Amino acid sequence: MSTDLFQSPDYYNIDELLSEEHILVRNATREWVKKDVSPIIEEYAQKAEFPKQLVKGLAEIGAFGPYIPEEYGGAGLDQISYGLMMQEIERGDSGVRSTCSVQSSLVMYPIYAYGSEEQRKKYLPKLASGEYLGSFGLTEPDFGSNPGGMVTNFKDKGDHYLLNGSKMWISNAPFCDVAVVWAKNEEGRIHGLIVERGMEGFTTPETHNKWSLRASATGELVFDNVKVPKENLLPNKSGLGAPLGCLDSARYGIAWGALGAAMDCYDTALRYSKERVQFDRPIAGFQLQQKKLAEMITEITKAQLLVWRLGKLKNEKRATSAQISMAKRNNVDMALKIAREARQMLGGMGITGEYPIMRHMMNLESVVTYEGTHDIHLLITGMDITGENAFK
Amino acid sequence: MKVLVCISHVPDTTSKINFTSDNKEFDKNGVQFVINPYDEFGLTRAIWIKEKQGGTVTVLNVGKAETEPTLRKALAIGADDAIRIDAEPTDAFYVAQQIAAVVKENNYDLVIAGRESIDYNGGQVPGMLAALLKWPFVNGCMGLELDGNKASLIREIDGGKEKLSASLPLVIGGQKGLVEEKDLRIPNMRGIMSARTKPLNVKDATNGDHRTSVGNYEKPAPKSAVKMIDADNIEELVNLLHSEAKVI
Ligand SMILES: Cc1cc2nc3c(=O)[nH]c(=O)nc-3n(C[C@H](O)[C@H](O)[C@H](O)COP(=O)(O)OP(=O)(O)OC[C@H]3O[C@@H](n4cnc5c(N)ncnc54)[C@H](O)[C@@H]3O)c2cc1C
Repeated sequence: MSTDLFQSPDYYNIDELLSEEHILVRNATREWVKKDVSPIIEEYAQKAEFPKQLVKGLAEIGAFGPYIPEEYGGAGLDQISYGLMMQEIERGDSGVRSTCSVQSSLVMYPIYAYGSEEQRKKYLPKLASGEYLGSFGLTEPDFGSNPGGMVTNFKDKGDHYLLNGSKMWISNAPFCDVAVVWAKNEEGRIHGLIVERGMEGFTTPETHNKWSLRASATGELVFDNVKVPKENLLPNKSGLGAPLGCLDSARYGIAWGALGAAMDCYDTALRYSKERVQFDRPIAGFQLQQKKLAEMITEITKAQLLVWRLGKLKNEKRATSAQISMAKRNNVDMALKIAREARQMLGGMGITGEYPIMRHMMNLESVVTYEGTHDIHLLITGMDITGENAFK
Repeated sequence: MKVLVCISHVPDTTSKINFTSDNKEFDKNGVQFVINPYDEFGLTRAIWIKEKQGGTVTVLNVGKAETEPTLRKALAIGADDAIRIDAEPTDAFYVAQQIAAVVKENNYDLVIAGRESIDYNGGQVPGMLAALLKWPFVNGCMGLELDGNKASLIREIDGGKEKLSASLPLVIGGQKGLVEEKDLRIPNMRGIMSARTKPLNVKDATNGDHRTSVGNYEKPAPKSAVKMIDADNIEELVNLLHSEAKVI
C-alpha cells in the first residue's frame, strides 16, 4: 500500500470546538494509525487475518477503555476523546476499530458498570493492558434484531450456574480470553455472565469467508453445559436494558468511527481527483466529480457536528439511546454512500488494494448491520418521536 | 541529571506556506504545528537518559500562548515540567538570551536543542546559548553517551562522523541518530492524562536585544509539471529544452 497521506477535513473549523487535550488525543491516535496500522492493514484484510500484533499497540496507546477510570487501568478520558480515538482508528480500518469497540464498550464497560468490585479489579486492568481480549455475546442464530427472544440460558446448580446455548456473529470470538455473555435465567430474565476460555464445554469456532471486516475475527460462542462460577454473574444490572446499555456506548463510538472511514474515502478521492488527468485536465475540474466531492464534504461536516454535540450530551450524561441511534444510523449510512461514490471516482484503481476505499466500503456493510441495523435504528427514532412501537 | 530540552513549535512539513502583511509575516492560518523534528530526537534521548539514570527532563519554549499544545505534547510524551517564556521568538540572539536566563537560574547539567528549527532554519540558538553560558557546544550531534560528568559525542561532519568528548554542563544541537525515527514516542492516553497535572510555567521575558529583523519573505518559483518524453524521442527532448525550457 502506498504511503498514508491522510489529511483530515475540517470545513467548519470544528477543531475550535475541541479542547487542546482532545486535539492531542486525536493527533496521537492518528500518528499511531499512520505508523502501525496503515502500512500493514491492506495485507491483513486481503489475507482475512486479524493483525494480532496491534493489540499491544492499541493497549499502549490507551484505546482499550479510554473512559474507564485510571484505578482500573483506563485513562479516565471524556467521551469526546473516546469518540475521536474511534474516528482515527476506523479511519485506519473498521475491523481494528471493532476490536476496540468490543473491548472498551462491550466488555470493559459492562464489567465496570454492572460488575462487582472484585470483577472490576480482576478483569479491567488485564483488558486495558491487552493481556486479555474480550468478546460480547448477544446475537444468536435465530435472534439478531430481536435479542430479547434469546434462548441461551443458565440454571442455578447451587454452587455454580450451568450455561447452555450459542451466540453467532461474535467479534473477537475466535481468540477471546473472556466473553461477556447474555443469557436468560430460569425465570427468563436476561443476565450477563463472564465466561473464560478454558471453561469446559466452551468453544469459539471462527466464521470464515466474510467479504467484510476481514481484518477482524468473527466467530461463534458455543456453550455446552458450561459450569460458570457464581461470582462470574454481573450483579448490578439485568434485563434487556443491560446489554442495550453497552450498545449505547459502542454505537456512540461507531458514529464517530464511521466518520473516520468517510474522511479517509473523501481525502483519498479528493487527492486522486486532483492528480488524475483525463481529457487533458484533472478530473477534479469536471462538474460531476465536483458534485460528488462537494456533497461528501457537506455530509462529513454535518456528521462531525452531530457527533460533537452528542459527545457533549454524553459527557453530561444526557444523551438518550434514541439520540445515539440517530447518530449511528446517519453516520454509517453517510460513510457507506461516500465510500461508494469515492470508489467510483478512482475508476479502476478504486477496486484495488492500492487505495483504502473498497476495503472501507466492504467493512461498512458490517458496520451498517451490527449494533442495530440501519432499519432498526430508524424504528427507534420512529418510536421515540411517535410513541408507537413499529417493531412488532 | 537535570536536562533541559529546547522545543520549537514549527509548522508541520505538509503545511502550505503563505505570507501576509506584505510578505513580512508567516500566515499561520490553517497550519498545523508540531514539535520541531530535530528537537523531538533530543526529547526522546533526554527521556532515555532519565529512564536509565534518573533525573528530570524540563522542556522549554520561547513563544506565545499558542505554543502550549506543543509543550503539553512533550509533557504527555514524558517530560516532567515545561517552561514557556512569553515572547515572540523572532530573533535568534534574543531567544538565546531568554533561554540563557532560565539556565542560569536552574542548574541544568545538559541542554539539548535541535541543530536547527525547520521553520526558519536559522540554526543559531544553541550556539549562541552556549556562548552566553560559556559552556561547550556540539552541533549536529548524532550520538550522546554520558558517564558521570563526561559526555562522549558523535557529530556529523561532511561525509563522515567525528567523535568528541566534553564535560558537563554542555549544550548540544541534536539530530537524528540521538535516537532513530522508530524510537520517537507517540503520547499515549495515560501520558496525556498525566500531562494535565504536570507544571507548565509561564515566565515573562527578560530584557534582551534583537539583533536582526525580517525584511520580507519570498517563495521559490513554483515547480512546473514534469513532462515525460520517450527515451527514443531525442529530437523532441532537444526541441523542448531549447524552445520551452530555454536551457540550451
Ligand atoms: C461482522 C459482524 C460482527 C458482529 N459482532 C457482534 C458481536 O460482537 N456481538 C454480537 O452480539 N453481535 C454481533 N454481530 C451481530 C449483529 O449485531 C447482527 O447481525 C445484527 O443485530 C442483525 O441481526 P441479524 O443478522 O440476525 O439480522 P436480522 O435481525 O435477521 O435482520 C435481517 C433484516 O431484517 C430487518 N429487520 C429485522 N427486524 C425488523 C423489524 N422489526 N422491522 C423492519 N425490519 C426488520 C433488519 O433490518 C435486516 O435488514 C455482528 C455482526 C457482524 C456482521
